Amino acid sequence: MRFYEYESKALFRRHKMPLGQGELASSAEEAKAAAAAIDGPVVMKSQVLSGGRMKAGAVKFADTPDEAAGLFAPIMAAEVSGQTGRSVLVEEKSPVAQEYFLSVTWDGRAKQPVVLFSDMGGIDIEEVAETHPEHLSRTHFSSILPISPRIAKEAVSAVGVSGSDLNRLTPIVFELMKIFLEYDLTLAEINPLAKLEDGRFIVLDGHVDMEAEARGRHKALLAELGVQEEETRQARPPTEFEIQGRQVNEADHRGVAGNVVEFDGNLGLVIGAGGGSLTLFDAVRKHGGKPANYCEIGGNPSVNKACELTKLILAKPGVEKIAVMMNVVSNTRVDIVARGVVKGCIESGKDPKDVIAIFRIPGAWEEEGFKILEKHGVEYCDRSVSMYEAAGRAVAKMG
Amino acid sequence: MSILLTKDTNFIIQGITGREAVNLTRENLDYGSTIVGGVTPGRAGRDVYGVPVYDCVRDVVKNHGAVEGSIISVPPGFTKDAAFEALENGIKLIVIVTENIPRKDVAQMVELAELRGARIIGPNCLGIISPEEGKMGGVGGPAANTRQAYSKGPVGIMSRSGGMTTEIASTLTAAGLGQSTCVSIGGDAIVGTTYAELMPLFEADPETKAIAIYSEPGGRMEAELAEWIQKHDSRLPVVAFMAGRFMDEMRGMRFGHAGTIVEGKEDTAAEKIERLRSAGIDVAERIEEIPALIQKRMQERKPERGN
Repeated sequence: MRFYEYESKALFRRHKMPLGQGELASSAEEAKAAAAAIDGPVVMKSQVLSGGRMKAGAVKFADTPDEAAGLFAPIMAAEVSGQTGRSVLVEEKSPVAQEYFLSVTWDGRAKQPVVLFSDMGGIDIEEVAETHPEHLSRTHFSSILPISPRIAKEAVSAVGVSGSDLNRLTPIVFELMKIFLEYDLTLAEINPLAKLEDGRFIVLDGHVDMEAEARGRHKALLAELGVQEEETRQARPPTEFEIQGRQVNEADHRGVAGNVVEFDGNLGLVIGAGGGSLTLFDAVRKHGGKPANYCEIGGNPSVNKACELTKLILAKPGVEKIAVMMNVVSNTRVDIVARGVVKGCIESGKDPKDVIAIFRIPGAWEEEGFKILEKHGVEYCDRSVSMYEAAGRAVAKMG
Repeated sequence: MSILLTKDTNFIIQGITGREAVNLTRENLDYGSTIVGGVTPGRAGRDVYGVPVYDCVRDVVKNHGAVEGSIISVPPGFTKDAAFEALENGIKLIVIVTENIPRKDVAQMVELAELRGARIIGPNCLGIISPEEGKMGGVGGPAANTRQAYSKGPVGIMSRSGGMTTEIASTLTAAGLGQSTCVSIGGDAIVGTTYAELMPLFEADPETKAIAIYSEPGGRMEAELAEWIQKHDSRLPVVAFMAGRFMDEMRGMRFGHAGTIVEGKEDTAAEKIERLRSAGIDVAERIEEIPALIQKRMQERKPERGN
């Protein structure tokens, strides 16, 4: 779950990281007041969850409070990867001598956290890694043994930084390592970390991602930052359909009907589970089908959950039929899913044999499941029909 | 032979009185696995399908002698402690089925396992099966269904998806190709054991003649596997299936497993397919292509070394 820049900085401020003076503005008047309080040139940054703000015109500079007021509206309107700002952060413009890059993230191969540090900050770090590898250090550290500042010192020193810069940077790097572990973050990044002309270091831009699964452990912090529980903070905000999908899942603890994502097509998908859904979605597209949604059912969902999900998908404008497909299931009962989707069709006022394009779920209790489908005249198949083929049969019925 | 698990492997189930764990106990016993005990704090003295329940792992060891493995099926907030308990009582093979465990907890379990010379499979996985020997976890479901999908033979399977492990095995079985051992390694961003870490075990197992893997976007695991195969000049032909190709068009969205979020250019489906192919791994477009690709590769396989 991604944090906005102002939230990342609020978290850093709690940990006494060095930050410039700044304030969040939600109107031109507030932007003017913030610039007046800073009493000097300011930088104004749109608060969006996506990078590339400068190029998109979502970051601008103002010398006077009046200028800041005038820039507020165009900054808010600037589109960054399809998003517009939720507010504007007004900060003092600092005289920068040099920019550094600092990031802490997980390395899935080493299975440990890693500090990435570079004295070539501000630019694309992947480019630095390719063209100047000696200017980017990677320093792993334990998630279980006590950590100490020497790890931070080694990360900074590894790119050739010494003298008072080394001694000023070490505590900043160490603090970020601690923040990373304490709040179950998947990314804690400062880019640029700036050295000012007077020799001090400050955080110019911050980027924090918290693990979605760990949100429950950090309720106090999230409440303090004003993060609402329904905010998913994905690359785009959830649609009404997706929010309803989440409600269907949460209304019943038995099984999973997760990751409901909306698409524009006419074929509704009741598919599962994690890997099976990815495989089936690919297969539908490969056959030229137009999925209306993505989802993942599994973990032995109740009749009610399968029924409610079916109803939600059938109610979506443009959906003509649904395909109910999974890989060979281990812990999901075929008969329960069959009963649920048939019930969902009937409760939506539709005949199951007309709207279920195909039912392909082989595995436990399949005989019982197939009996239910037969009774309602629904086309079904067992494991002798591949997932790819089943998707093709569904798409062929879409006219 | 097989890897990790034979018919003689004994193990326990932590969280054995939970709803899912009770099912697991029954399915694993029915398939012929040896479960010596279960652990649920406060439930000592009961039994689950004849398996005695204890409060602590220590008490199982005291009553039954050394324990080789454990399946952990407890809520996400308690999983790390359960894994630590297993590790500190000398258990060397841990299958974690629980999902939604934060990465930090996973990393801590994996790091302690490494310090203790133990191996973790999972989390968020369906476990291990050596067909006709035994299984450890929910893989395959009830014993009758498991026997329908899995059969003994020369193919090792590694999969980030539990369900797709069974789909692939079922497809192989239908084509007359059995399996040596199948491992559902889990779909999280950090897992206890990766493809590349299982390869030396398969390489050393004379029964295994080929490998099938299920793969999806996100992470660097395929790159690690490709490197391993090239570096060790593996005797085993590998066939991969890549799901989630559509995700290349939708970066930053979360689909599938927790590990399946595409963050950079290196972990897209297209990049992975290219990397696998350059290491000599066949990438199937559809599951049903896997058996023929494996048969073809097994026929043209280089002669066994040392023979």
